Amino acid sequence: MAATQDTMDRIAEVSGAYKYGFVTDIDSDKAPKGLNEDIIRFISAKKAEPAWMLEWRLKAYRHWLTMTEPSWQKVDYPPIDYQDAYYYAAPKGKDDAPKSLDEVDPELLRTYEKLGIPLKEQEMLAGVAVDAVFDSVSVATTYKKKLEEMGVIFCPISEAVHRFPELVQKYLGSVVPYSDNFFATLNSAVFTDGSFVYVPKGLRCPMELSTYFRINERNTGQFERTLIVADEGSYVSYLEGCTAPQRDENQLHAAVVELVTLDDAEIKYSTVQNWYPGDETGKGGIYNFVTKRGACRGRNSKIMWTQVETGSAITWKYPSCILQGDNSSGEFYSVAITNGAQQADTGTKMIHIGKNTRSRIISKGISAGRADQTYRGLVRMMPKAEGARNFTQCDSLLIGDRCGAHTVPYIENRNPSAQVEHEATTSRISDEQLFYCLQRGISEEDAVALIVNGFCKEVLQTLPMEFAVEAQKLVGISLEGSVG
Amino acid sequence: MALLEIKDLHASLEDDTSKAILKGINLTINPGEVHAIMGPNGAGKSTLSSVIAGRPGYVATSGSILYDGADLMDMEPDERARAGVFLAFQYPVEIPGVAMATFLKTALNARRKARGEPDIEALDFLKAMKANAKRLGVAEDMLKRPVNVGFSGGEKKRVEILQMAMMEPRMCVLDETDSGLDIDALKIVADGVNALRSPERGMLIITHYQRLLNYIVPDVVHVLAGGRIVKTGDKTLAETLEAEGYAAFTDAAAA
Repeated sequence: MAATQDTMDRIAEVSGAYKYGFVTDIDSDKAPKGLNEDIIRFISAKKAEPAWMLEWRLKAYRHWLTMTEPSWQKVDYPPIDYQDAYYYAAPKGKDDAPKSLDEVDPELLRTYEKLGIPLKEQEMLAGVAVDAVFDSVSVATTYKKKLEEMGVIFCPISEAVHRFPELVQKYLGSVVPYSDNFFATLNSAVFTDGSFVYVPKGLRCPMELSTYFRINERNTGQFERTLIVADEGSYVSYLEGCTAPQRDENQLHAAVVELVTLDDAEIKYSTVQNWYPGDETGKGGIYNFVTKRGACRGRNSKIMWTQVETGSAITWKYPSCILQGDNSSGEFYSVAITNGAQQADTGTKMIHIGKNTRSRIISKGISAGRADQTYRGLVRMMPKAEGARNFTQCDSLLIGDRCGAHTVPYIENRNPSAQVEHEATTSRISDEQLFYCLQRGISEEDAVALIVNGFCKEVLQTLPMEFAVEAQKLVGISLEGSVG
Repeated sequence: MALLEIKDLHASLEDDTSKAILKGINLTINPGEVHAIMGPNGAGKSTLSSVIAGRPGYVATSGSILYDGADLMDMEPDERARAGVFLAFQYPVEIPGVAMATFLKTALNARRKARGEPDIEALDFLKAMKANAKRLGVAEDMLKRPVNVGFSGGEKKRVEILQMAMMEPRMCVLDETDSGLDIDALKIVADGVNALRSPERGMLIITHYQRLLNYIVPDVVHVLAGGRIVKTGDKTLAETLEAEGYAAFTDAAAA
């Protein structure tokens, strides 16, 4: 990747700045703890970013300083000391991303293998291309070339900043502005890497694009940034899966995902999230404070979010759709499982702006142990959303008598022709259902997994095949020890 | 060795152990035998099947149940099932979202896993399921539907027997399997049960009415009243009961 003169000038300038701030070799793998403008310059310099990118980060940082952490969500955690975290960590011994798998640290590859990540060439047969993010730097990108031949851009966002600056500048922050919310603004200031996808006009991307995020460096905040743009008449399905090794200290994860669909385009974004939830008291689990939002800019465009949330100590996440284009539609399918001491406040926002826009929300929440879960959803019909429609269904399943489930729907209708429907149920796994399974020889844990999978079926079947199988297994694993 | 040997079994609800429902049941079923238990409402028929299967909420306060020589009370309900004790439910339970075929396969694989065998081959499973479905007049598409959801009373009972056929249990307990069945369905169910009679297998058929026993002819008939077996005889006992009613036995139990 050729750095521009501008970038090189910038690095020189930034390098000079170290004298006044913290002292760190630019070759170091880790920025010191804490957050200040120098750290942001460091991150930007590590990535040899152009000036506009650094300016954007700094703008976000300065705005972040004026903001306060939100407290309206129904989750409880000790105050986070933002100065006590690292904001940049590269995999050991690697500064730039390797050009091929041969250059990847075999230790990393073994970790991937253990986690079952399909990084090998054979996986092409499975139709999966992987952009693996290890800590903060992209390690390898598979099938990128093949995709690029078709005109699909699928690369680390740090690379896109250099290679496709016009696209990045046009769309980055266009859905989630740098000033959006406390965590998104923090992300805008310090994001380290993530994925960038651009699907050109009229192309139906034949592969499922997938990214696996890992958190591996102790005490390192993770700030991924993903931007997916589907140009007119195109289609792309994107998978994101997460697992993390066990941790002792809480880890903040504040990712931002932005999706843009133009006329007649469609994006399907699926997530299976299985981060370390902490021990039985929740200690050591991941804090997952994520901003995910899609803009259906074009007519007849469509965005579909599917999420299976089983991990994290705390989940704070509302994948949303802004339905700007006439006849555009947004869908949100969610399974959230909380067990032990996990807390989740999750849901979606559907903002209907265009005429005849449609949205559909299916949320399945399962709470076990001492977990607490809230569905929080907003459906807003703007004055010009003639004939817009929404259907929402929220089902909660409780296991045991110490967990909680809450449903908080916000419905705002400013157009008399718009229709909003909301259905909600709360149920338990009955002793009779459990006994029926036991009497057929199915163990209690398998019975719970079976019943819960049945409960979530409507959502799980919207996942791409390879994810659906993993997700079904996850459902069972997540609820281990929840009965008896 | 007896397949099922119940000795002086006393049982009650877990919430109210002071009130005995079963007051000293003695019953021995040998391999190959079909026993029927008849009795009026409230005699303790369903309690007996519940205690055998290990339904939560019921406790055996004294006495013992040996199955194939092992103490059934030491086994969890799922262990009992995997060991070969099958209960056809009076009220089969609905499990939304779980296809009947998936449920069956999960149950079969649980047994195989306990025996250290690999999962059943998809094709073998499908073949066995289709054959059994055909014999029991169960439409194949019904097996794709969620477990018992939206099934009619007759369909539920037929599918119970289909499950029984698939699990190949050694001890079958049928709890009021005839309730809610019209005469045609009753015949189909009875044919299905008769097909499973074998020299290795024991059956305990619990019923209020004699009519099921016209089709599944038992080797032994017991009358259960007031928590005790008050009379034991051959199949003619069922006919006597049908003609004379339970009054004489309930009086005897009360005395």
